[in-house]
Formats: sequence, C-alpha cells, structure tokens
Amino acid sequence: MAEISSTLLYGAFMIYLFSTLFFAMSISDKKHEKAAHTKKWGKIGFITACVGFAAQLGYFITRWIASGHAPVSNLFEFTTFFGMMMVLAFIILYAIYRTNGLGVFAMPVALLVIAYASMFPKDISPLIPALQSDWLKIHVTTAALGEGILAISFVSGLIYLIRTVDQSVSSKKTKWIEIVLYSLISVVGFIIISLAFKGAGYEASFEIMNDQNQPEKIVYDMPAIAGPANGEQLDDSFGPLFSTPSWMNGANASIKLNTFIWSLLSGAILYGLLRLILRKRIAAALQPKVRINPDLLDEISYRAVAIGFPIFTLGALIFAMIWAQEAWSRFWGWDPKEVWALITFLFYAAYLHLRLSRGWHGEKSAWLCVLGFWIITFNLIAVNLVLVGLHSYA
Amino acid sequence: MKKKRLWFRSALLAILVIAIGYTIYNSIFEESGTYIKKGDKAPNFVLTDLNGNRVELEDYRGKGVFLNFWGTWCKPCEREMPYMQRQYETYKEQGVEILAVNVSETNVSVKNFADRYRLTFPIPMDKQREVTKAYGIGPIPTTILIDKNGKVVGRTSESLSEKKIISFMEKIKP
Amino acid sequence: MQSITCECGHSNPYGTSLCQACGKPLDSDVEVLSSMRYEGSARRSQTYKKTFVDHTWNFFSSVRVGVWLIIIILVAAAIGTIFPQETFIPPNVDPATHYESEYGTLGLIYYLLGFHKLYGSWWFIILLGMLGLSIIIASLDRGIPLYKALKTQRVTRHDQFMKNQRLFSVSEEAELEEIKYTLESLRYKVREEKGNLFAEKGRFSRWGAYVNHVGLIIFLTGAMLRFFPGMYVDEILWVREGEKASIPGTKSDDGQYYLENKEFILEMYDKEEKKFNSALSSVDGEVAKNYQSNVTLYKTTPNHTIGEEPELIKVKDGEIRVNEPFKFDSFALYQTDFKLNEFSKMSFELEEKATGKKFGKLTVDLHEPEKKYDLGNGYRVEIEEYFPNFILNEQSQPSTVNNLPDNPAFVFSMYSPETPKGEKAFVGIQKNIEAGENQFKMSFAGIETKDLTALTVRKDHTLWIIALGGVIFMIGVTQGLYWNYRRIWIKQNQDGVWAAAHTNKNWYGLKKDLDFLSEKTSLIALVDKESDTK
Repeated sequence: MAEISSTLLYGAFMIYLFSTLFFAMSISDKKHEKAAHTKKWGKIGFITACVGFAAQLGYFITRWIASGHAPVSNLFEFTTFFGMMMVLAFIILYAIYRTNGLGVFAMPVALLVIAYASMFPKDISPLIPALQSDWLKIHVTTAALGEGILAISFVSGLIYLIRTVDQSVSSKKTKWIEIVLYSLISVVGFIIISLAFKGAGYEASFEIMNDQNQPEKIVYDMPAIAGPANGEQLDDSFGPLFSTPSWMNGANASIKLNTFIWSLLSGAILYGLLRLILRKRIAAALQPKVRINPDLLDEISYRAVAIGFPIFTLGALIFAMIWAQEAWSRFWGWDPKEVWALITFLFYAAYLHLRLSRGWHGEKSAWLCVLGFWIITFNLIAVNLVLVGLHSYA
Repeated sequence: MKKKRLWFRSALLAILVIAIGYTIYNSIFEESGTYIKKGDKAPNFVLTDLNGNRVELEDYRGKGVFLNFWGTWCKPCEREMPYMQRQYETYKEQGVEILAVNVSETNVSVKNFADRYRLTFPIPMDKQREVTKAYGIGPIPTTILIDKNGKVVGRTSESLSEKKIISFMEKIKP
Repeated sequence: MQSITCECGHSNPYGTSLCQACGKPLDSDVEVLSSMRYEGSARRSQTYKKTFVDHTWNFFSSVRVGVWLIIIILVAAAIGTIFPQETFIPPNVDPATHYESEYGTLGLIYYLLGFHKLYGSWWFIILLGMLGLSIIIASLDRGIPLYKALKTQRVTRHDQFMKNQRLFSVSEEAELEEIKYTLESLRYKVREEKGNLFAEKGRFSRWGAYVNHVGLIIFLTGAMLRFFPGMYVDEILWVREGEKASIPGTKSDDGQYYLENKEFILEMYDKEEKKFNSALSSVDGEVAKNYQSNVTLYKTTPNHTIGEEPELIKVKDGEIRVNEPFKFDSFALYQTDFKLNEFSKMSFELEEKATGKKFGKLTVDLHEPEKKYDLGNGYRVEIEEYFPNFILNEQSQPSTVNNLPDNPAFVFSMYSPETPKGEKAFVGIQKNIEAGENQFKMSFAGIETKDLTALTVRKDHTLWIIALGGVIFMIGVTQGLYWNYRRIWIKQNQDGVWAAAHTNKNWYGLKKDLDFLSEKTSLIALVDKESDTK
C-alpha cells in the first residue's frame, strides 16, 4: 500500500507539471487564434490539474490506509498536503473565474511546495500520544485548506504586480518583485542542491554538547558553512565558516541554517543564470506574457482571501483551540505556532478592513497578499525550525 | 437627543474602561488559583501533631493563630524557627498560638529537627498535603495570620525576622 | 444640527451625504460611488465633535485606528515569539539571569523591557481592550445608520445616483416584465414602483461584519473573565500508584473529591512493527505510544474536615490519556506528566562483617520510616537520621534537597548483644561510611519503587462564553464574506431605460448576472466605468 501511495504522489507531481505546460500553452502569444486556442488549452490544463488532484487524493487515501492515521503528522506529510490544498484552491477559483494565467503561476508554486516536501524524511512515522486525536485530521486539514486558498491570493497578487508595475525603469517596486521571485527560485535551488549532495553521499560530522551536557554527534549532509554552536569538527571536511548563533534553538537548528544558506546561494546562481539568459529582470520578461485584466486579478486575490480567511480561522484558530483544550487543558497558551496563527489572522483581518478604504485596492492590496503569504510560510517553516515550542515535532 | 447621546457614550466608555482596568488590576495583583488570602475565613482542618495529639483549628477560636507551613530541608524555614520559638514563649500567655504545619515529611526527620531547636509549639504533620493543598501553599515558608474570629488577616511567603514575627503577634493578639 | 430634507421629501439625519430614500447626493461635492460603502449615511462620529467623550468616541470609531491597533498587536505578538516566554523557560532558573546568559545582550534587553511575559502585561491587555473598544464603537457608528439607510431605500432613485454608479447603461427600450422575470430567476428580490424596478440579493450579508464583531466582543469578554477570581481552576496533582489524594480546588459544601491512582501505564512502540519500522529505526531511543492513568474518583461525605481521614464514597472509575481527559462535574483531569520508579521502600540486612552472618531483615518505608526496628534475639536497628534526597550542603554537612525520596540516606545505629552501646553507620545508595571500626554493617537487600502520575486539574467557567463568541464570529464572517449584496436599479426616463448596478464586493459575479440579463432581455449591457479608465 505504501508503494502504491508513493507512486501516486509521483504521478500527481508529473501530471501537475503537464498541467502547468498546458496552461502555459494557452497563453502563448499567437494572436490570430486567440480565443479558441486559449479556451482549448485552458480546458485541457484544467482537466489535467483535476486528474493530478485525483491522483494525489489517491496518494493521501492509500497512505492513510497504510499508516492507520491521517497522513498529516510530520513535515513531509503536512507540506505535501498543503501543496494539494493549493491545487484544490486553484481548482475552485479557476472554476469561478476561468483565468488561464492563474494556472501558469499557481500550479508551479504548488509543484514547488510538493517538491520541497519530498526533501523531508518520507517514512511513515507512528503517532506520539499528543497527536493521537481526531482533531489532528480536523485541525490540520482545515488549516491547510485555508492556507492553500490564501496562497492563491498571493499567486494572484504576484501576477498583478508583474502585470502592472512599470518595468521600464528600475525602482524599489521592481526590486521587491525580483526578491519575491528570487525566493521562489531559491526553493528550486534547495531541491537541486539537496538532491546533488544526497546523490554524492556527502557527510560531515560534528560533536556538540547537548542540553543535558552530553556529547552528541550531529551529521551534516551538505558542506558546513554554518557550523553548530560550540561544535567540534570530527573530520577534515569543508568549513565551517562560522558558528550558528546559540539563540537558534529549534531541533538541529545549525543544520537547518546551513541548508538555508545553501538554498539562498544556489538560488542566487540560478537567478543569475536566468538573468544572463533573459538579459532583463525576470518580471520584465514575464510581463508581456501575462495579459490578464488587472481588475480581475485584484478581484481574484480579494476573493481568495474572502474564501480562505474563514476557513483558516476555523482550522488554525477555532479547531486548534478546541484540540488544545482537550490535549493540553487550555485552549490558548501563547505557544509560538499559536501566536503566528493569530498573527496571520490579524494580518488578513487588517487586509479585509483596508479593502474598505479607498486607495487600498489594486497594487497595495497585491503587496499585502504577498506579505500575507510570507507570514504563512514563516509559520509553516521557520516556527518549526527556529522557535521553540510545543509544535516542534520536526 | 444630544444629551442622551452624550450619556450613552459616557456610560459605555466608562463601563469598558472600568472592565479593562479591573482586568489589569487582577492580572497584576491576583495570582491565579484558589488559595486562601487576606479577608477569607480560614478553613478548618484536623491533623495529628508530632506528639500524636489531635489538632483542630476551630479549637483555637478566641485565640490568634500564627499558622506556619514549613519543611526541615528549607533553609529560610530553619532560620525563622528559633525566633518563632522565642516569641511563642512570650505570646502564649497573651492568647496567641503557633501551629507549625510540616509539609509531608517523616516523623524521624521532623523529630530530630524539633529536638535540635527545642521547639515546644504544636507541629501538625500534614502527611498527605491536604491542608497544604487546601490553603494553596506554593513556596515555603508561608505564614498565615488568623485572628480570634477565625479570619485570615495576613499572608506572607517571606522568611521572617524576629521583629516581623513580633509585629505579627501583636496584630493577632486577641 | 438639523436634519436635511431631500427633494424627494425624505428627511435625513445631519451629516448624510446620499439621501437614504432616493440616493440623491445632498451636497454638490459628494462622490456617489465612494459614498456607497455605508450608503452615504451619516457616520455619527463625524457629526458631533464637542466634548472629550465625543473626541474619544470619534477616535475609536475610525477604521484607520482599528487597523493600526490590529497592526500594533500583531507586531507586539510577533516580538513575544523571538525568545521563549517566561512560562516556557526551565522552572528552576531565575529569568533575570536566564535571558542574558542564554541569549546575550539582546536577551537582557528583551527581559528588561518585560517582553518575557508580554501576553499578560498591562500594556498588552490595554491594547486588546482598546481593540475591543474600537470594535464596539466602530460597529455601532456604522451598523445602525447602515441599517436605517437600507431599510428606507426606495425603488426609484435619483438620476444623479443612477448615473454615478460604476455599472450603468441607457437602453432605448426594455420590457419591464421580462427584466423582472429574468432577475427573479436569478433569485433577486424585485420591487416595482411607477414603472421602475429595484432588485436586490443577499442584503443579509451586509450584517456579517456586525455579527462577527459581536462574536469577537463576546470572545474578548470571556477572555477577560478568566482574570477574575473563581472563574477557573488550574492546579497540578501528583498521585503515587496505589494512593489516594484529594483533588485541589474541588472542595465544596457537599464534600471533597479524591482520586486514586490505581495504575500508571507507559507504552512504547514496538521497534519491530513493520509499518513504522523505517521511521523507528532512524531515531535513537524509543517512541512513546501511550501515557495512561487508571483512576477511581471518590467523594467524601459533606461534613468532611480537611486533614481528617476521609470517609470516601466511590463515584466512578476512569482512564486518563493524553487527548482524553477525565471529566466530572465541571472539572476535567488531564494527563500531564509522570515519574517512573520513585523509590518507595528499601530493605537492609544486619550483617556481621567478619563472618557475613545475617541477623534479620528490615524494610524501611521511605515515606514514613520507623524509629526502631527490632530484629529479635537482642538485635535491633535505630534510625538516627534520615535524608530522603541526600546532598552535602555548603558546610559539608549531610542534608536533604527536599522531601522526595530520590536519593535516600540514613544514619543507622546497630545494636547487638555484643555491641550493646551501638555502632553508627551512614548508609546511602552505594555509600557506607562508618563511625570508627564497626563489627556490623547494614547490607542492601532490595528496593521497591512506585510510579507517579501528574494530572492537571481544570475547571473553566468561561469556556462556554469563549465558544459562543467563536461560533457567532464564524457565522458572521461566513455571512459577510461568502455572500454579497447585489442591487440593480431600472428607471424609465425620457431618454430611455436607465440601468445601474452596485455590489459591495465581487463585481465579477454581478457582471455575470448582468450579462445574463442583457442576453435574455433587450436591455443594453451595463458598462463598467472603472475598467474603461484603465
């Protein structure tokens, strides 16, 4: 069952890739056959996305059967599921607005998320007592769906910015768009570099004193740029160039920081290469390809927040509180993950209120959607990796 | 109409400001939990003391009670014991009783300790921590002052100086 | 402050920008479209500026102020996650030094500014209170006038109102019945007046914002009540296996609850289990599968005095697991912690060192040792001193850390017919120090242990308020965000049939309705002014 499950996930990944290609074809710039061409390939892209979603749903169900619990219990499973919810959110919004351009951007972001997930250990792990509750599936799936829908508002906002920000001169705005694109490319960089070092079987070992003052060996699978705090190198491998600050105290913080630095570096190389090939800013190269009505993009991103916000609140705050009351005897304990869910809630609440004011539609609104997605990813990744708390299962 | 509006606004604002103010007051001055504090009626309890005598708080009605919670292993408790013994001898005649409730220790340890400091006041042994829990005792030593009517008139968790003990004795003297 | 009477005859409150009934701009510089947010109704706060109370009121009435409060709270909450809060640092360290030693200068600053207990700080509570104030006042100021305006709106609207809508068209002629029929098929509620039409759909969604604000206020009230004494109990209860203990916070006039810990169970996952094999083999140590306490709940008779041997009446048995609290009355017990293998009894034998001959065995209850143990035939042992958790103190004197028997040690006096004066020895775990040269010794003969379970005792009278607030918030937020208020006006003028439309959001959906309308009828498609300008 576990094998069928991973095959289905792999299949879903490939199908999503094709769906992206079909959507890209639908907006390719042959003007004379515009309407029919766009409609045809958009339809094919959409159907492909649905087929891919069905395959991933198959992965989800089979893995559930194999493990005996909802496969949302570790970072691999959760992140995969988040990617799946992004696809579902895209399907919903495509069904409403039928915008092919959204697919060209949303599908690759979902692909990135799923590929990123596959870098975590994929073993089926048993549930620790704290996770043995029906609320695990209820809370996590609802929260992920809410976040997936909010992610679409980011995608739509990003397209809005690429579409509308003046690319003829370099400005603060163009720089920030490039930074956003660069961070997406860094995820690609992370995947490539992880696979490369894993393929080469790289290892570097350090010895550190752990919290109980016992020596502990930690193993890097990438050359150490950032070594562990107060660590001693056990072999003559490369580095480290500096030590991880001691206040980063999540599980294996130094390894994660090191991986993060490698991702940024490889992302920079990829980005540099792209710039060399395109000979202009990436957003400037993309701009002529996206010819979606900005008003429509603005509405899609607003609509995504309007749909996603209540679901997010329900899943990430209300269900979370009910579960916390059952498991930890208090519905709220200011655990970092809880606080960041609240921050996400407050941020989108502020967004919804700002939409009432004049001058906050369009571009400003799009920037907010980008920032909102940054908060969500920060909560998904950084809070588990950097901050200490009850949610550090990874 | 305008008057009514002003009244409505003032009332609403006042209610909210009072609510917030009281919340802050509670968050700062009241520790959460259900412990016995100044102004409460001291709950009655029955324990056996080190010498095997039954000690019931209600029997001391009419007297001031200096109710101390302590342990042999706690340094600040140890420090205040000789002071308590000395003042006990002075104030016993004036109607103040000391009850030094030991928190869940063995007779062997407490007996040794009491002998070493020649303690003569009753030492009720709270083996099961029943009284300790009921009085919401956190850190020890904690001293609770009970007046002749059985009402709590003071509570402190500091290590007491002899002067402080005298002032407490004066406070609960009937 | 007088009311303004519009040419249509409707009397509007002072400050109104669009007539509540016909929508005519009441002032020449009013922009219709931007006034539509609250129907051009008079936001009261804007109209009375006199006393201090009014100024305060106006301040909190502003959405801008509300948004700023949200952002300040958001930033403050984020700062609180940079370093762990005081409740998350180890319980035995002093926060004053912990933050600096652990996180350096930044940690010290963090501590000095009071961020280590940010969420309970007076200024954070004030911020939340101000947000509450802003929610109440802003909602009152907008909700009530909006309700009035939507209630009084008429079918026939002023020309200027129509012309300035975002979606507008003039058709030469149109069949009214046909339009009405089509709109009704789209589930609009259509009203007719003098040959003019007014169709609306989803008006209730306009109340969503106010409903969810009510929910939030109830929620915040519930959160505030937790600071009040007696609203909730939060205690921890340690019980040894086989023992009964009173449950703190549960005493009432009809008695006190007691809990017996019959058994504590700790289960680990089997490393050989095929399903989880690869995951389990990659971790050191074992992975816990279950923490469980099997308990029995008792209650004393009503006249129970604290400390007295209780007369217990069994209430019920139960099993407590993580995620499965044990509930009774308004209380709940949660599996929180445990301690395995606490020493409970230690056995020794009196042994003659030269011959190895033994003269009897004694078992010391570590929670209540006897003073004397008579072994018969003139052999006896006395306990001179007992240190449950032995340590050498600063003066190098034997002493105890606390009253828990984690590292028991004794000073024994051993008496025998040969040594009637007694011999002293200090005996602890792997320690045996003699005072002088002894003939006898205490040899270790076994130990018994017990498990302890730790349960959190909770009672929370604010839960239902919090839950109610949450439910109302969700209803309101869904109502407001999943539906929208669409309106279409059809007016017969001299130059043709005017059509205008408005929605509070989701214009795309409204346009689809209008496209359908112009497809089915002779009405000309409505033009979106905002799209044209781009």
